[in-house]
Amino acid sequence: MKVLLMHRERDFNPKQSLPPNVAALIQDLELNTLLQTMAQGDEFLFNVAKQAVLSSLHDLGDIRYRQDVLNDCLRHPDVVRQIYQIPIEAKNNLHRSWMGIFTSYPTGILSGAREMLEMFVGLLKVLKRIADEHAEEFESEGFRRFFAMIQQELDDDYFAVIEEHLKELKFRGGVLLSAELGKGNEGANYVLRRTNHDNRNWIKRIFARKSPVYSFTLHPRDEAGARALGELRDRGINLVASTVAQSADHIDNFLKTLQRELAFYIGCLNLAEQLAQIGESVSMPELAVAGERQHSFTGLYDVCLALTMKGKVVGNDVNADDKDLVVITGANQGGKSTFLRSIGLAQLMMQCGMFVPAESFCANICPSLFTHYKREEDASMKSGKFDEELSRMSNIVDALTPNSMILFNESFAATNDREGSEIARQIVSALLEKRIKVFFVTHLYEFAHGIYDQRIGDALFLRAERQADGNRTFRLKEGEPLETSYGEDLYYRIFG
Amino acid sequence: MLGKDMTFHSILSVGKNEDTKAETLEAPIFFVDLNLDQVIDAITASRQDYDLKPFFYTPLRDAEIIRYRHEVMRDLEDDRLMGYVKAFAEKMIRVRRYLALAEKSDFDYHKKGWFLEAALVYCEAVTNLAHDLSLADLKSRGFLALREYVTDYSHSRRFQTLKAEAQKVRGNLSEVRYCVIIQEGTVKVRKYEGEADYSPEVEKTFEKFKQGVVKDYRVKLPEVSGMNHIEAQILNFVAKLYPEQFAALHQFCAQHDRFVDETIRTFDREIQFYVAYLEHIRSIKQAGLAFCYPQIATMNKDVYGYESFDIALAWKRINGNAPIVCNDFYLQEPERILIVSGPNQGGKTTFARTFGQLHYLASLGCPVPGRQARLFLFDQIFTHFEKEEDIRNLRGKLEDDLMRIHDILSRATPNSLLILNEVFASTTLKDAVFLSKEIMTQVTTLDLLCVWVTFIDEIASFSEKTVSMVSTVLPENPAVRTFKIIRRPADGLAYALSIAEKHRLTYQRIKERIQL
Repeated sequence: MKVLLMHRERDFNPKQSLPPNVAALIQDLELNTLLQTMAQGDEFLFNVAKQAVLSSLHDLGDIRYRQDVLNDCLRHPDVVRQIYQIPIEAKNNLHRSWMGIFTSYPTGILSGAREMLEMFVGLLKVLKRIADEHAEEFESEGFRRFFAMIQQELDDDYFAVIEEHLKELKFRGGVLLSAELGKGNEGANYVLRRTNHDNRNWIKRIFARKSPVYSFTLHPRDEAGARALGELRDRGINLVASTVAQSADHIDNFLKTLQRELAFYIGCLNLAEQLAQIGESVSMPELAVAGERQHSFTGLYDVCLALTMKGKVVGNDVNADDKDLVVITGANQGGKSTFLRSIGLAQLMMQCGMFVPAESFCANICPSLFTHYKREEDASMKSGKFDEELSRMSNIVDALTPNSMILFNESFAATNDREGSEIARQIVSALLEKRIKVFFVTHLYEFAHGIYDQRIGDALFLRAERQADGNRTFRLKEGEPLETSYGEDLYYRIFG
Repeated sequence: MLGKDMTFHSILSVGKNEDTKAETLEAPIFFVDLNLDQVIDAITASRQDYDLKPFFYTPLRDAEIIRYRHEVMRDLEDDRLMGYVKAFAEKMIRVRRYLALAEKSDFDYHKKGWFLEAALVYCEAVTNLAHDLSLADLKSRGFLALREYVTDYSHSRRFQTLKAEAQKVRGNLSEVRYCVIIQEGTVKVRKYEGEADYSPEVEKTFEKFKQGVVKDYRVKLPEVSGMNHIEAQILNFVAKLYPEQFAALHQFCAQHDRFVDETIRTFDREIQFYVAYLEHIRSIKQAGLAFCYPQIATMNKDVYGYESFDIALAWKRINGNAPIVCNDFYLQEPERILIVSGPNQGGKTTFARTFGQLHYLASLGCPVPGRQARLFLFDQIFTHFEKEEDIRNLRGKLEDDLMRIHDILSRATPNSLLILNEVFASTTLKDAVFLSKEIMTQVTTLDLLCVWVTFIDEIASFSEKTVSMVSTVLPENPAVRTFKIIRRPADGLAYALSIAEKHRLTYQRIKERIQL
């Protein structure tokens, strides 16, 4: 029984190793703010959200599968949260009653595991009831398949078989073992047998039974004998005890899988609720294949900034369709970094099947996303800052595949403008030729203007707006890079 | 290859020579000084049951037997043959274990069950050994004779009967199936009647929830062989259910009372001498160190060892992943005595031990540490090592030293080996020089092969028989030891000063550092 709400054909793996660039992504995109909102203080939800957001999907069908399931969740949040409650309750019960119950003796394992099975069966009945009541209301392929499976696999006959086993496993009629003679004529290969009931094969039994039966009864004070007999019994039920315990584990794992597969959507519900409270809207993005160059949106805002400010923030409208390169220049503190972050966040959210923080959004998917931000000087670092920057760049280049996307934020500025520009120009030119999509926030005038003049690639130039009085709108507009864009304000403020 | 007597007696020794069968129970007295006690302990540690130490305590005096052992050792260096021998040994261990179980048991059917099991494993061991040896490419006189013996034995009527009967009795017992019903202190035993296995039914019922592999909850119930009175009682009932099978067992045990062949038993123990040694040096070889089969010198005393090393130290070092320094030595006519001097902790004692170890291991017929070696077949080894704890009593110590050396020189013959390490270190320099020269004269007269570790430069160039060797340091940093001992005149360089310099403890530096 597979849950399959995250992927159409496989389980969601919350432990899958993430690419090495995730540390940079988390830091540069302020991802923890997003993940914490999804988690609402729940560590499990946080980990699942982190894993899901950072393991992007690359197939349009896979993303749409999740988008559909998420739409169902957004329409029926109460039912989904009810289902999510089932594995939570199982977990709580286990914590309460089965901590350390599994002893080192088969007898103890058997009785503990048998009772655990009874508890699980109760919860499975709840799941079955929810499926019976609400299956019809769900539209996504994922949920329809899931409910159909529950209704089919957990029917009344099945529950009856389970109850019979749970009764028989108490062994009221004694334990029947078969055995062979092993080395030294010691009993070997003990196998627990199911007693041939009188209503079965009785004719066979009459003809088959020729064996005499020998028996003895322990002396009441023969403690060593009682212990020996107990050991023999344990040997006989060892396997079935393990099987029952494993069966309990199977159900436990099924419920854990259910929890894992739902946790991401619960996180999405939490996020949607928080954004609704501060008045921000979200939308399901439209997808384009990796080979295309699409990036157009209205009202795209930095979701992490909005969550931090607990209020609406400025959004941007941009049409960068058919562009390989977007160069962002302009005033300090004019919203360039915020904009760059909103691009990265929207890309990650889109590619894990989430809604995006925009009124409308369409972009091509990319195989991987990298960020290259200028870093604070690290005291422990022996290499110089420029050296360090280039070393990180080199690591990114190692991991690049065509159609990937890189967000540069004031990169290669740790040297003079001319050298930095030349390095940046050479790197970006090469990247574009290798079909890498680039967003580049920069103060390097020679670099930015050089690209503008030479028409390298299909570039879009955005500028942080500054009004005549020096105030900033935090909105970006198209415009060629200006040489006086940076530092001037700062200069006057300081040298005033 | 065609010896006069090809009949197999022992894998350790050619022919039926009773002298070479002697086993020494006490470790030779020089073992501790040469750290050979550690070496032999390590070699025999995992094979206590074979009682191998007496073999390692008995040096050979006959170069012919050393060659016999070299041949066997070389054959056994082949991994395939080693595998065969180990497989045989493992089976023989099981034979002994099963016989012990039979011996120990209080219940007749149980005893006989284990006796039968031991016989079965023994037959397998012998049959496999005969078969394996027939495939092996053997060159040594020892293994060739063994092959002939084992082949004959395994085809003998005595052995074939044992094997056939054991298998038949076991086969019948294996077919016995019975049921035990346990309820509230009562046990019933009857034949098995085709009842279904219950666990798979349970498993099938819950399989649909399976998400992946889960833990195996089967308790590791102790699989100790043995039987309690409940099991014995059940076994008695089983014997009643299947009387013919158990009657056959009785008969088998009565007819094959002592089934292990004496020569096979001896081989099983003796071959472990080689296996143990080869196992031991294998891990040292893996660390990149070489072993070689030495030439054995009986007439002249030219000896050498290239890339030799202390086998005890190597064993410790490779377990700690530390490097080992190899050293070369040679003595050419008329040289007899290696005088080793140089800085402390520079590997002088290790070098002296190496010289002794190589000779001793060669006398056992074993490969020795080094790339190439020629070693003298000594009659006795004498060692005298300075011991720190003895410095307490100077007067008594010096006296003891002299007594001991006197004793050694009175017992030594021109074929003996002498290793002296920092003797007379606890007396005045003048005394030490005097005594050393006196002793040196006697050693020279006796024509002993000798290694002498000393701080007294004066004796390094005593005569044409002495060769000076020096422990060395890195020229650019004299505080760093190389542990290389090389032929060089003892130069008495002021190593101590350089070390003081490094620690800024020279006169000048201490004056500079202490400023008021």
